[in-house]
Amino acid sequence: MLTNSLDAAVAQRDAALPPDVANARHDAALQRDAALSPTPAEDQGSSVSSIPEDPVISIRALHKRYGENEAVRGIDLEVRRGEIFAFLGPNGAGKTTTVEILEGFRQAGAGRVQVLGINPWRAPSAWRERIGIVLQESEAEPGLTVRECLCLYAGYYRAPRSVDETLALVGLSEQAQERASALSGGQRRRLDVALALVGDPELIFLDEPTTGFDPSARRAAWEVIAGLRDLGKTVFLTTHYMEEAERLADRIAVIAAGEIIAQGTPHTLGDRQLSVAQITFAPPHEMRLGELPATLAGHADQGPDGRIVLPSSSVAADLHALSGWALARGLKLDDLEVRRPTLEDVYLDLTTDDPDPTTNEPSPTTNDQPRS
Amino acid sequence: MPLSSAASRGPLALLAHQVRYDLRAGLRNPRARFFTFFFPIVLLVIFTGVFGHGSTTIDGVHVKLSRFYVPGILAMSIVVAAYANLVISIATLRETGVLKRRRATPVPPAVLIAGQALSTVAIAAIMATLLLAIGKVAYGVGMAPAAIAAIACTAVIGTLAFACIGYAVSGLIGTPDAAQPIIQATMMPLWFVSGVFIPTANLSGTLHTVGELFPVEHLAAGLQLASVHTSFGGAISLGDLLVLAAWGIAAAAFAWWRFSWLPSSAHA
Repeated sequence: MLTNSLDAAVAQRDAALPPDVANARHDAALQRDAALSPTPAEDQGSSVSSIPEDPVISIRALHKRYGENEAVRGIDLEVRRGEIFAFLGPNGAGKTTTVEILEGFRQAGAGRVQVLGINPWRAPSAWRERIGIVLQESEAEPGLTVRECLCLYAGYYRAPRSVDETLALVGLSEQAQERASALSGGQRRRLDVALALVGDPELIFLDEPTTGFDPSARRAAWEVIAGLRDLGKTVFLTTHYMEEAERLADRIAVIAAGEIIAQGTPHTLGDRQLSVAQITFAPPHEMRLGELPATLAGHADQGPDGRIVLPSSSVAADLHALSGWALARGLKLDDLEVRRPTLEDVYLDLTTDDPDPTTNEPSPTTNDQPRS
Repeated sequence: MPLSSAASRGPLALLAHQVRYDLRAGLRNPRARFFTFFFPIVLLVIFTGVFGHGSTTIDGVHVKLSRFYVPGILAMSIVVAAYANLVISIATLRETGVLKRRRATPVPPAVLIAGQALSTVAIAAIMATLLLAIGKVAYGVGMAPAAIAAIACTAVIGTLAFACIGYAVSGLIGTPDAAQPIIQATMMPLWFVSGVFIPTANLSGTLHTVGELFPVEHLAAGLQLASVHTSFGGAISLGDLLVLAAWGIAAAAFAWWRFSWLPSSAHA
């Protein structure tokens, strides 16, 4: 048989290689074979994942259309093993559609989607052993205690984590015997995370995990999410909070009107690192911009609140000139500020260009039959 | 960690696991406890207290009305447990995202559905035991062992049929709030025309015919037939069981087409 002889050839060639490399190659060969065979990759899940270079999520030219509206218009994304990837976008930008396709709840329209090497829509239940999902809206299992909820879900997986360890991980050990429905909002969200973790997945989807939280509950949730990184998990996070993305994410992609409009690290998104800093201060008295040092006066401006605004591409020199000028006049410049655009500024810049993102995606349930 | 999870011990262990937790959640639900257990017992006490000494005929046998009410109220509690409670429970679990979250795990959907159906059968079995015991102790309505076996058969098939109908109807209902009026509107009239509250012999021919169009009449009639016979062959009503099975299969087919795990309010 062709496959056998191929395998034999690969084995022979790999005999000289260190075992890890040989295994990876063998897996690559299996994957090739799977791609050639008429029933693709259904049972190849575990072998594919052991190739560390393979992206955990890979999207190529994904399209999804609801009737007349194209909710997702050809996006490409790659999420690597072990990273926290934040997926941002205004409501109706195609964010939830994309996430639901990745989670296997909706079928891709066109394009290629692979999550852990498998098309989620056709994924076998073994694939679900390897992912955990924290849905945007889901309530506790009615009637069960926190511990019972976890025991119920642990039973769904072949090799679950310890229930008690998982409770400790999300800080719910003390609430173990309480009815899940009696938990506070923040505690319930932590239970959601625990339920997604109890199967010991490689990849976790977190859909707006802290929406509606007070600041302290949000900080506590961030600690839990940051802890997932330490466990070696890959996290796909959708959020509305720039601070959350900045704090947690290794990389960020922004979707608007069905297209990825920017990708990068929190530091480089939208060329943020290249953008010009702004020096601002309130003038001590009525003054004309011309009173400023000659090197600054040319590009200075006065904001609507009366503050002087100096875009600055060489902050040290401009500050030096400004402070010399101020000292000579006995001005204190108490409220002097130097700021770069925040991630939120960048995000708003990116997403408000779009004419009307909210009309591009209707409620999908009206003309699309989701997985049932 | 337990040495092996339910899933690792095979589908039957997983099903048993699901039934255990569904049953636990079901028995802790105050609404279900009231309507499935407490309310039917109260009705049995009231009906037999008010009309118990009257008489009627079942399958040509002259009996006191208490013998009519024990299986009739059992039919009612089966319908409440398998239809009313299940519709509300499924609609609630679906709209609160619980079904979607369960579906995101490796558990096979068949296990989730069968688990819910079997926990309903268990609740029906508890209820049947209670009602038959109360009938025997309080009203002297004894049953032959063969009749009890026939009641068990009829009750299991009836419960499964109504569970299928519950799944089908849950697909038509948007929110748990909308479930209540629809359930009451579909159930209440049938108590009166299906031989649950009033013997069918007392109904006009038209009302009886209307009752016979729906499955409640066949469940009640099947259970009542069993209560007046002493041999299994005489106590089992194949015709009624066939009608119940047909309703169940048709409903299952409808549910297959219409059932959704995702909230109907899902947004983009």
